[in-house]
Amino acid sequence: MIDLLLLFFLVVCALAAISIKDLLSCTIMLGAYSLVMAVVWMRLNAVDVAFTEASVGAGMSGILMIAALSRTKRGEAGGKNKRMFDFRNTLIFLVVVVTCGILIYGTMDMPDFGDKDAPAQTHVAKRYVEKGYEETAERNMVSAVLAGYRGYDTLGETTVIFTAGIAVILLLRRRKRR
Amino acid sequence: MKEHIVIRTVSRGLIPFIQLFALYVVAHGDLSPGGGFQGGVIFGASVILYVLAFGMPEGRKRISEKMSDILTSTGVLIFAGIGVMCLFAGGAFLEYNALAIWSDHPEYAKHHASHLGIYGIEIGVGITVAAVMITIFFETAGHYDD
Repeated sequence: MIDLLLLFFLVVCALAAISIKDLLSCTIMLGAYSLVMAVVWMRLNAVDVAFTEASVGAGMSGILMIAALSRTKRGEAGGKNKRMFDFRNTLIFLVVVVTCGILIYGTMDMPDFGDKDAPAQTHVAKRYVEKGYEETAERNMVSAVLAGYRGYDTLGETTVIFTAGIAVILLLRRRKRR
Repeated sequence: MKEHIVIRTVSRGLIPFIQLFALYVVAHGDLSPGGGFQGGVIFGASVILYVLAFGMPEGRKRISEKMSDILTSTGVLIFAGIGVMCLFAGGAFLEYNALAIWSDHPEYAKHHASHLGIYGIEIGVGITVAAVMITIFFETAGHYDD
């Protein structure tokens, strides 16, 4: 029941974020979307992901988008001529519906949530659960995987963030005039 | 927002606790949810809150351009440095157990080494993430100078 309610909130937030013209309100709607999404992650017992979603999605990205908004105009440009039945829009709508149908059809083959025979549970997960503490001395299994078993990936992620910071510095920093 | 006394007072009271929570999240990543990334984001958010409440020049006084630039690369350096240390200790890159050769307690050595190695890289991730968040905010919102 609560899952359906959360899904409803998500759809409402997403539709609002698309349809509102005021970009500041859009940013706030996206923050609300992320917050609901964090609750969904909690429902799925993915606490670490929920934590990240709440701090990054609902907190940080909203702030950064507002900071970026301070460099542009607040309203969306264009969109004056509004006709409901445009040929192009109908075509786009059909493509979206077909893609959505294919994706939903694709989920039919997926194993049930929490199925013990699911491929995700049968390969490396067993080793993480049984030997994670022994091999990495981390009681939080997510940390054990992120920092221990998948140390390379985390190094790569950190490098990506580092690169993003460098790119922002190179592109946006005003050079001192000599 | 510099002139709002409520915002300034509230953020002056809250920021120490937010930063303490960020450090807690980094330090307790091995027991509870969280870790370097989330802690770094929270720490960065606390600095951004400070800048929003007290203005850009005041924030730049606390964390100068040079300092945030240096911190950005320090985190990655710590991470990769621990990996290279593992190489010198005779293991594979980022194989923390190899660090055990420098330990005094042979029976727990591997556990301690692995624990400390993971702590180290979490701290590295946290430093980089916090510094990058602060940098992005400063650079994108910078042209207001408000």
